[in-house]
Amino acid sequence: MTARVQSVPFDLGAELAGFGAGAGAVVSFSGLVRDEDGRLVALEIEHYPGMTEKALQAYGEQAAQRFGLTGWRIIHRFGRLEVGEQIMMVATAARHRKAAFEAAEYLMDWLKSRAPFWKREIGPDGPGDWVEAKAEDEDALSRW
Amino acid sequence: MALDVLYFAWLRERIGQPRERVETQARTVRELVAELAAMDEWHAAALADLTAVRIAVDQELADLDASLEGVREVAFFPPMTGG
Repeated sequence: MTARVQSVPFDLGAELAGFGAGAGAVVSFSGLVRDEDGRLVALEIEHYPGMTEKALQAYGEQAAQRFGLTGWRIIHRFGRLEVGEQIMMVATAARHRKAAFEAAEYLMDWLKSRAPFWKREIGPDGPGDWVEAKAEDEDALSRW
Repeated sequence: MALDVLYFAWLRERIGQPRERVETQARTVRELVAELAAMDEWHAAALADLTAVRIAVDQELADLDASLEGVREVAFFPPMTGG
């Protein structure tokens, strides 16, 4: 039942070791920096210290209540992240798989458009555009 | 009253600073935006299209009609791109 915001990498295996003990189902998702067909070398991720931690904790608690989770973990990184590096992870634990899958999707939908992070593209020639929010990410929230 | 106003991502870049302390009589976020936009051309440009701006009041997402009574911190930023 924890949310962390950090610049340093995390070890997905270590995070999941022992996670959800006693539950019947654990689902985890991790997001990596895409290369966008060679256009990107890295992302720079900015966030709102203070609000970010509160928002992630609140979304985790909402998911736990709604889907009856027995455990959840959210880690989101900030700073410069090279192509292929992990950006974030969510893990959910529940008695059965449906709740664990749904809760992971719910958390991802909330993190995408309601957690105060902003991504900027970094290409071979240096900093480029800020990543624009996608309408489909906003629409995804309406299904919950 | 005095408020801390924070800016993130391209709003921070357009305004040229991550935060500032402002003295204001504004009662709502909408009134604060009008005061900020009147400060100089950079604020005006950053806050020109409010459909592209999201707002947090004391670190909770809010809208233009949110009250500023007792508030310490208001943040302006583009739509979020987490995950």
